[in-house]
Parts: sequence; structure tokens; C-alpha cells
Amino acid sequence: MSDNTFTLDGAVIEFRAGDTIMDAALRTGAYIPHLCHNPEFEPHGSCRVCLVEVNGRCVSACTQPATAGMQVDSASDAIGDARRSLLQMLFVEGNHVCPGCEKSGECQLQAVAYYANMLSPHFTHFFPRREVDASHPDFAIDYNRCILCELCVRASRDVDGKNVFTISGRGIDSHLVVNSPSGKLGDSDFTAADKAAHVCPVGAILPKHRGFEQPIGKRLYDRQPISVVGDVAAHEREGD
Amino acid sequence: MESGGTVHSVIDGLAGSEGIRRDRLLQYLYALQGHFSHVPPEAIDRLASDLELPASHIRGVIAFYSFLHEMPRGDFDILFSDSITDHMQGSRELHRQLCERLGVASGQPRPDGRVTVDLTSCTGMCDQGPALLVNGLAVARLDAARIDTIAGLVEAGTALADWPPEFFAVEDNIRRRDLLLDDSSEGNALQALQVRGAEAILESLERSGLRGRGGAGFPTATKWRLCRESDADAHYVVCNADEGEPGTFKDRVLLNSHADRMVEGMTLCAGVIDARQGYIYLRAEYRHLREPLEAVLQRRREAGLLGRAILGSDGFDFDIEIHMGAGAYVCGEESSLIESLEGKRGIPRKRPPFPVNRGFHNRPTVVNNVETFMAAALIAQHGADWFRGAGTGPSSGTKLLSISGDCERPGIYEYPYGVSIREILADCGARDAQAVQVAGAAGATVAASEFDRAIAFDDLPTGGSFMVFDKSRDLLDMVLNFSRFFVHESCGFCTPCRVGGVLLRDLVEKVHAGHASDYDLEEMRSIGSLIRTSSHCGLGTTAPNPVLDTLDKFPEIYRRRLTGNGFEPAFDLDAALSDARRIAGRDDETAHAGVES
Repeated sequence: MSDNTFTLDGAVIEFRAGDTIMDAALRTGAYIPHLCHNPEFEPHGSCRVCLVEVNGRCVSACTQPATAGMQVDSASDAIGDARRSLLQMLFVEGNHVCPGCEKSGECQLQAVAYYANMLSPHFTHFFPRREVDASHPDFAIDYNRCILCELCVRASRDVDGKNVFTISGRGIDSHLVVNSPSGKLGDSDFTAADKAAHVCPVGAILPKHRGFEQPIGKRLYDRQPISVVGDVAAHEREGD
Repeated sequence: MESGGTVHSVIDGLAGSEGIRRDRLLQYLYALQGHFSHVPPEAIDRLASDLELPASHIRGVIAFYSFLHEMPRGDFDILFSDSITDHMQGSRELHRQLCERLGVASGQPRPDGRVTVDLTSCTGMCDQGPALLVNGLAVARLDAARIDTIAGLVEAGTALADWPPEFFAVEDNIRRRDLLLDDSSEGNALQALQVRGAEAILESLERSGLRGRGGAGFPTATKWRLCRESDADAHYVVCNADEGEPGTFKDRVLLNSHADRMVEGMTLCAGVIDARQGYIYLRAEYRHLREPLEAVLQRRREAGLLGRAILGSDGFDFDIEIHMGAGAYVCGEESSLIESLEGKRGIPRKRPPFPVNRGFHNRPTVVNNVETFMAAALIAQHGADWFRGAGTGPSSGTKLLSISGDCERPGIYEYPYGVSIREILADCGARDAQAVQVAGAAGATVAASEFDRAIAFDDLPTGGSFMVFDKSRDLLDMVLNFSRFFVHESCGFCTPCRVGGVLLRDLVEKVHAGHASDYDLEEMRSIGSLIRTSSHCGLGTTAPNPVLDTLDKFPEIYRRRLTGNGFEPAFDLDAALSDARRIAGRDDETAHAGVES
């Protein structure tokens, strides 16, 4: 074993100095399911869907530094079960109605759930009361679908330099908020050109004026699984 | 509520001569809350503009901390400590009594704005409960008469300064002294540092085997050394006085009666790691200790033990500031504490990097517990052997325990590590214990069959909480209290703790209400295990402990409430039909669920 490799489910993965497990896996094309991670941004580690086992300990692949010789297990039954439960928790926490969602087929939550063999939400639904904000001319926010990955927060702050989004509340009351006097997106300086407009892995931040342009059944993840085609954000520009 | 001044004059006063600083945001908000019984919108706008922060960011900070509010609270903001030991001492009845006397609903300000009565997480008065906070000040030893008096004082609008002073008396209740509490020598740890040098002090600490007293038990010498060797333009020393673990109150007593020694330990650490600035992060529940602590710091400055050129030594400059918490248990986790110290929401950071490399303002930072700093100062003074003389193997020295619950003599007990639960129970006069909760809500439930186990890092580690439950108690009440506590205190960052915590609490409530089946117990196990293995920080990984522990050791507290069925729905179908019955004007037998028509 050389000093810059580790194994992921038995396969040898090469890594560079400063890599996390996720960085190295993504570079070599190995798929570890994830939602809050996007290689363009600082790792976050909040969704925990990239849970892997390293030498008997569960860690998030997106935040764990790669070290030589580590044995990373991402495909075991135990990890699969844990990942499925985490996804089910995200589903019941919000209001995710896939058949009626414009993002269906291009939604990472849905695609990762398929990948993880999630067949039902399993847990009791919370059915929270959440708003839809259609105040912006070009984009709508459906808070029902937000999974608190903070990608829009990070994109707006770190790339757009605008701080349009932030997280408020605590615990189960944590929620995404828009930084504007009214709290509405239309009242902020958010634009369609913002990076933050193109990073949402679910259907929480959606462009207006184009509904069901591609029929369900022919969308990104309808054609190929997420383990092959990767994040929706990386495809969004092509689809435009 | 401290009155007088406009938002702008208050903020100007807070900014003082040093000007307004982002990392003091939480301190400004805490002070504004004290002045105005909420953080007024114009204060948010002013801070947003001065600090160049989005207003939503400031609102996000307010919403994170339990003691900060955007909507006005009453002139008297009364919070009952809602820990299980308070319940056992009758707090709920007293809470109800006060709400009734004052004509308020819990959590809602009275329409005239006079008063709010609400609940809060453990305020650290478990040995003298039930307890409450009024405008941040602790009132302990509540009983019906005291509640009556309080109601009268509130109705009369009597300023807190004119309330009976004995209401605000907080007892130390020290019952057993050993190495730390017995010591009354003049502090000379800093002289030892001067004479022997930092390396020799580190070697003493290493040999002493001192490990962090907050519960995690990281070797103190290693922490200090890593920080010392971490190259940076500044290093920091932080004292974690955010003693939030339910049932713990020993740091309150140390800060009250041994603050000098603790500050000496912080200064020693500063000398070793070359820090110029230190912080005491004091939980808001211990607001009453703030001025006495300031006085200790001032006395030490005047004695040349703090400030510039400590002990006349050129270049040994170190000072300490007190930062107030604002009601968030998670801030006891060291990286959350650092975030909070920087004025932000207390979300735990990713690890690595660790605080010893990148802590406060991304500079190397030592965060230690109050008791750890105190022990370090005494080791520098009396030597490693003195410390190793107590304790056992990997657990050297002594541990302060905060004992509460069903015993005759609750209070502070200092024991050499290795002491058995049985011996402690005998000393505190617990005659009929069925279980002891060691290390708080995040700790271990110890059954009577395990009472020969010992307080030690390799057996039962603890930050100091020790709650006794006698045979008259239903331990499921404890489990329910703790699972609600963790839902309230989860920061919300990661999925398993945020969502799993709610699912777990709901299942405990389902069992408690007598609606659960075997299936639900299995669900609790699997959700609990997932939270334990997959959470982002130590709060999450320990949150399911009380459920998982009692499922193993006290299955009967669950089993005796189960329904016979293999599956029970999560909702009550008959109750769900009540709206339909009301609309249809029916209440006959066949309009109810479960009745065959």
C-alpha cells in the first residue's frame, strides 16, 4: 500500500494532500451518496448521507481527511441501512411530494433515495406548515422541500458576495430565511445569474416560467442513476 | 429589566471606547435583551449597519439562543428550571401555581406586559431546587409560600433590588472535601512557572495524569502542548464555564468560592502557551456570578497577577474577559463554544481542525473546564505526586460530583477517582436508590446491580452530574424529560440529531401515553443507534443514551405501558375523527373509530 492511497470498499483510491475521502472518491469517479456536499464549496457535513465506516468508526466522507491505508466502507449493509434512515428522516421532516414536484427526476434527494433502495418514508410524517415564496420575478422558493444543506447560503455568501440566505432558529425549528426587509426573495437582490440560483439539490429554489419542459421519465435521473451521472448542479448549465 | 436609555445610547455604551466588534455581537444582544426585555428591531438595524452584517444573520443569532427574543417578554421574565430533579422537587406544581396567581399562560407575556412565566433547561440549582430565574437571576428553594410572595412582588411591580435578598442566596452545599476543596494555600502556581519554566510545568502536568474534567477526559498536558507548539500570531485560553449538563452544578460552586484558583490556572496556561487574552464563557444561568467574578479579576489585576507584566515579568501579559452565554446547552461543546464566543450561532465545527490548532478566530486555543484549570494550578504548585496520591491508574486525582435527587444530603462531594457508586450513595444518604444517572442527560443510567462500579475514566466517566432516583420514581419520566431536553437543545445542524431526536422523543411520549407496542421499542433502538453513530457532534452522539441505556437495563418501565398489539398507529384515529363528528353534529357510538358499524 503506497502512502497516498486508501481503499474504498476494497478498491484502491489515490488521494492528494488535503483531500477528504469525498474529494478523492469524486476525482476517481467513485460514488459516495451525498446531498449537502458540492465540490465547489467548503465541505459542510450536515446531511450525514455520505456516512462511511473508517476503521470501525462512522464519519462523513465529505469532512474526513483521507489518510494513507485507511479502509473505508461505504457499501456495507449497516451503512446502507443508516443512509436509508437518514434519507427517510429528511423526507418526513419536510413535505416532499415527488409526483407533483417540478424537480422530480432531477432531484438529488429523490435520486439518492432510489440509489439507497428507499421504498417508503417509514417514519411518521411531520407535515410541517411551510410557506411558498413566489415574490421574485424569476425564482420561487418552496420551503416545504428545503433540506437545510446550506448550499444556497454558501453560494450566496462565498461566490455571489450577497448573503441572500441564512439559517435561523434552532433544532427542529431551524429554517432557511431570506435576508430582505420583508423576508421575501422578491425584496432581496437575488438574481437568476446568482450562483445560489443553481445549487439547490432539491426543489426548494426553482426557476419560474418553465414548467415540465422535459417530461417526467426523460429527466436526468430517469435516464441514469445518480451514481453514474452525479450531482444535478453539475448538469444544470447543460439543461438550460 | 434594567430601564433607561434608548437603543442607540445603550449600543454606544456597549461599544465603549474600543468601538463595535463583530465577535461581541452575542454580548450586545444579551445586554440589549436585559435592557429592553427583547432585542428591538431598531437595535437589529443599527447592529446590522455598524457591523456590516445582514439583519437576517443577527435574527438568526437571536433565534438560536433561548434567552434572546425579538418579541418583548414581560418586565419580569420568570423561567422555571425544568430538569427532572426540579420535577421531583415539585417544580411543575409551583409553575402552575404562579401561572394561575398571575393569570398568565406559560410562555406568553401577560397582555399588560408585566410578566412572562416559562420553562427553561436545568439552571444548575438541583441541590436547592426547585429553582427559577427572574430576569436572569437565580431564585432557589422555591415553595408555595415563596411563589405567593413572588406573585405579590410582580403584581406590585417591585424592582428586583427590593426583593428579599434571601431569595437570591445560592448555597455552596459542600459536603465532602478532598485535594482541591481542602487546599487553602496561597496561590503560587505562577511563581512556579517563573522559576521552573513552561516545559517543567508541562512535564508536571503530564506526570500528574490530569485529564479534562468536563467529561471527555482529554489529557490536559497534551492539549496545552499541542496548542503551545501550534505556530500562530496569537493563542487563546478559554474557560468553559457553560455548565449545562442537567444535574451539574459543581462549577457554580467553584466559580463562587474558588474563582481565584481557576483564574490562576488560566493564567498558568497562558504563560505556557503564550496567550495574551483569555475568556471565561459563563452560562447565562449563572448571571449572579458575573460581578463577583469581575471583582476577582480586578483584584488579581491590582495584585499584579493579571494584566501587563504579570509578577513583574516583562512580556508576561495576559488578561481575561467574561463572555455570557445566552441559553444553549450545545455551547458546552468546545467548538460550539468558540463559535458562540465569536458572536455566532453555536453550531459545532468540523473536526479536524481541532481548537488547539484553529480555535478562537482560527488561532490555537485551549478550552478547559473550570475544575481542570483549578487542578492544573494546584499541580503546578504542589507537584504531580501530590495529585497522583489520589485516584487510580488512568484516573488520577479527584472528581467533584454534583449530587442531587433522592438523597438526604444533596450538594458537592469531592472524591478520589475510583470511588464506587455504593459508597457515594451511603455518604449522601440515598437509602432506596433504584438507579443513578451518572454524567447527566447525556450520561449513563446505572442500575442497582451495578452500584459497585466506580467513577473513573475507564468505568463511569462524568463531568460531575450524579442524580439519584429512588424506588418510588418512574424512570420513564426521566427518559421523557431528557428526550425532550435534547430536542430543545439540538442545534439543528445535522439530520440525525435534528430529526431523529424528534422521532425518538415522540416514541417515548407514545410509550408514556400507553399507546406503544413492541414494534415501537425496536424503532427506538434503531433510531437511537443511528443518532449515536451518525451525528455531527458529541451532543448528538450522546443524546440517545438515556433511551438506549434504559431499554437495556430497565425494560419494565417500557413494557408495563405497552399495548398488547404488535403495531399501534402513531396517531389516535378516534381523536382525528373528532372534527368530523363536531361538523356532522354526531357523537353516537358508530361515529367513533374502532366500533364496527
